[in-house]
Amino acid sequence: MASSSTTSPSFDPRMLKEPPPLPGSPGSWRRYFSFNTDAKVIGIQYIAVALLFLLVGGLLAMIMRGELITPPADLVDPTVYNGLYTMHGTVMLFLFLFPVLNGFNNLLIPPMIGAPDMAFPRLNALAFWLFPVFGVILMASFLVPGGPSGSGWWAYPPLSTQNPLGHALNGQLLWILAVAVSGVSSIMGAVNFCTTIIRMRAPGMGWFKMPIFCWTALAAQLIQLMGLPVLTAGAVMLLFDLSFGTSFFKPEGGGDPMLYQHFFWFYSHPAVYVMALPIFGVFSELFPVYARKPLFGYKVVAIASFAITVLSLIVWVHHMFYSGTPQWMRNVFMVTTMLIAVPTGIKVFAWIATLWRGSIRLSTPMLFCLAGLFNFIFAGITGVMLATVPVDIHVGNTYFVVGHFHYVIFNMITFGVFAAIYHWFPKFTGRMYYEGLGKLHFILTFIGSTLNFLPMHWAGLMGMPRRVASYDPEFASANVLASLGAFLLGVATIPFLLNIVSSWVRGPKAPPNPWNAIGLEWLLPSPPPAENFEEDVPTVISGPYGYGLGRPLVEDQERFERRALQT
Amino acid sequence: MTSLSQPAATPPGTPALPSPIGPEHDPGPSHAHGAHPDHTLTGFVIFLASESLIFLALFVGYAVFKSSAPLWLPAGVEGLEVREPLINTVVLVSSSLVIWLAERALHRQRLGEFRAWWLLTMAMGTYFVVGQAIEWQHLPFGLASGVFGASFYLLTGFHGLHVLTGLALMAFFLVRSLRPGLVLPEGKGVVAVSLFWHFVDVIWVVLFVLTYVWQRR
Repeated sequence: MASSSTTSPSFDPRMLKEPPPLPGSPGSWRRYFSFNTDAKVIGIQYIAVALLFLLVGGLLAMIMRGELITPPADLVDPTVYNGLYTMHGTVMLFLFLFPVLNGFNNLLIPPMIGAPDMAFPRLNALAFWLFPVFGVILMASFLVPGGPSGSGWWAYPPLSTQNPLGHALNGQLLWILAVAVSGVSSIMGAVNFCTTIIRMRAPGMGWFKMPIFCWTALAAQLIQLMGLPVLTAGAVMLLFDLSFGTSFFKPEGGGDPMLYQHFFWFYSHPAVYVMALPIFGVFSELFPVYARKPLFGYKVVAIASFAITVLSLIVWVHHMFYSGTPQWMRNVFMVTTMLIAVPTGIKVFAWIATLWRGSIRLSTPMLFCLAGLFNFIFAGITGVMLATVPVDIHVGNTYFVVGHFHYVIFNMITFGVFAAIYHWFPKFTGRMYYEGLGKLHFILTFIGSTLNFLPMHWAGLMGMPRRVASYDPEFASANVLASLGAFLLGVATIPFLLNIVSSWVRGPKAPPNPWNAIGLEWLLPSPPPAENFEEDVPTVISGPYGYGLGRPLVEDQERFERRALQT
Repeated sequence: MTSLSQPAATPPGTPALPSPIGPEHDPGPSHAHGAHPDHTLTGFVIFLASESLIFLALFVGYAVFKSSAPLWLPAGVEGLEVREPLINTVVLVSSSLVIWLAERALHRQRLGEFRAWWLLTMAMGTYFVVGQAIEWQHLPFGLASGVFGASFYLLTGFHGLHVLTGLALMAFFLVRSLRPGLVLPEGKGVVAVSLFWHFVDVIWVVLFVLTYVWQRR
């Protein structure tokens, strides 16, 4: 970033003599295109590439919504439509949300705990560079004969074990390979994040002085470590069935398709918590800042993250209530699924209590957080409905589930992603974003997402099935609204991209702590130097979120604040 | 699976010496290895815990198939021959003791003794892999003959891949030990490889019980 040109606006003859910065050195934009081991560079690489894939996934969604604006299948062929929803789901989860959250982990964890970098910087860079690799593998499936996989992002057999054109290189194979490489990259990341949080915290930062974002990141990465291997086992067997003639999941060869569903959901239900937990962390970081109050029930919120991790591993069968699951199993998993509402409910009440009588400042990140919380309460209620076996059997595989899922994954998680991007934007780019454009982005996103995903609930309750390119005209009104919402969401990305690009290039310079927030990362200059605090790591003496309590966070706090201002 | 070699090979605690990856990949002075405490073993243990769950998932899959699949052994197949695999098992499990001796020799700074035990571990691992390959050649069923064949080859093959990875890692550190100063008593790489080898052995014991001992339905 052009830091040299802004710190010295007058002409400096020494600049002529200096050689241009090397690709890997700080200050060169080219480091973002190199194998750089700096966690802050990797974080921005993750977020930038993930936002690119958000546009790809969004484009696929808008083509689908264009198809669904009228009842018959007229815009695209139903086979193409199958590929569209499969790729939309896969892109959004594996190429947008997981990477963007890994980006936040990279940017936030080391400064928040006072570490200079990740525990394994080269492993970190390798994990990042696998991301474009599996991105290209997945995108390449549009080019192979037969097009991309059309079996949905669940890739259930028997659909996913069929290869009707008989090509060795087919969309389903590329899908499995992309998911497998993504899994390897995620495991590398998880090992790194966990080691960093466990071993590299600042002096004085005991577990209960650690910011909630780090708690939730650790809880989420533990799920990755426990769940992903199981998905990998299932994916390997699926690959063998598809390409090497085995019959693990083929009933005609003595196999069991249900086993795949177990393998898949054992990971893929907790995977939602891998994405949701860091956003719970974002909410817990941001509400205290913009309400100027300590986080209510800090310890309980921290422990609830781990309660969610444990419970998330024993709920997966609720995705299979209608797959011929025995009744005793349905009952058990209905109860465990409902239990997960307890720790999440605790968090929701802690956030509301944090907001209660706070001096609330409605800046862009806070607006996204408040709307995200509102949407999450709605999604939580429909979630408890879906946990109930009779309701689930009625609405399973309808648009009610699609609506619920998108309320979680977009209206809560992606809102939290936007909130985090705006909130930490000044810290990591050194520039302020434009508040007006941010608010415009928020308003368009909120209206667009509500229009898009709320009507899906009633279409689903009326019985509209998901994953079908045509539908009965009685569902038309809900679908027209949803399609309008989807296009509005597409429009909403324009002020967002305009904002981040233009403010990064020429926005006003950001002070070290523009939001008057409490946390180690705000004691660093904006943007922080390559190794954060280097050897001079502050000693933490009080818990986070001491808003209005008038106590210092670290020993010698004034010295660190002065130093951040000088740099 | 491709990530296996990474945590072990990354920072083996040799700060000032030339890195096998070469200086052009070194991330610069501010990222020199010695600047940070070495957390390789923490990371490696976390990785092994995660890796063990792939095997757990495959074992559960095997047990489910075995107890519920309508067809198990392919026609004409009675079961698995146990004698040769049992010898293989004894060799592999005792190699865990040998690698421990190698590790101990390194901690006592006896490099020659370390190399001898290390090489013996590699020989025992190689014996196991070759034995497995010979067994595979003579089996009367293939990958595509039913769920039994598929599960058997998947389990033993996936484990065999881990044995081969372990052998490759050992060869890497053996070559390093020939260049003076590259394998140090306090080096974490050898400890990590040794941990990995114990892990591979424990997995094999479970696998052996599951496939060779538990044969009757």
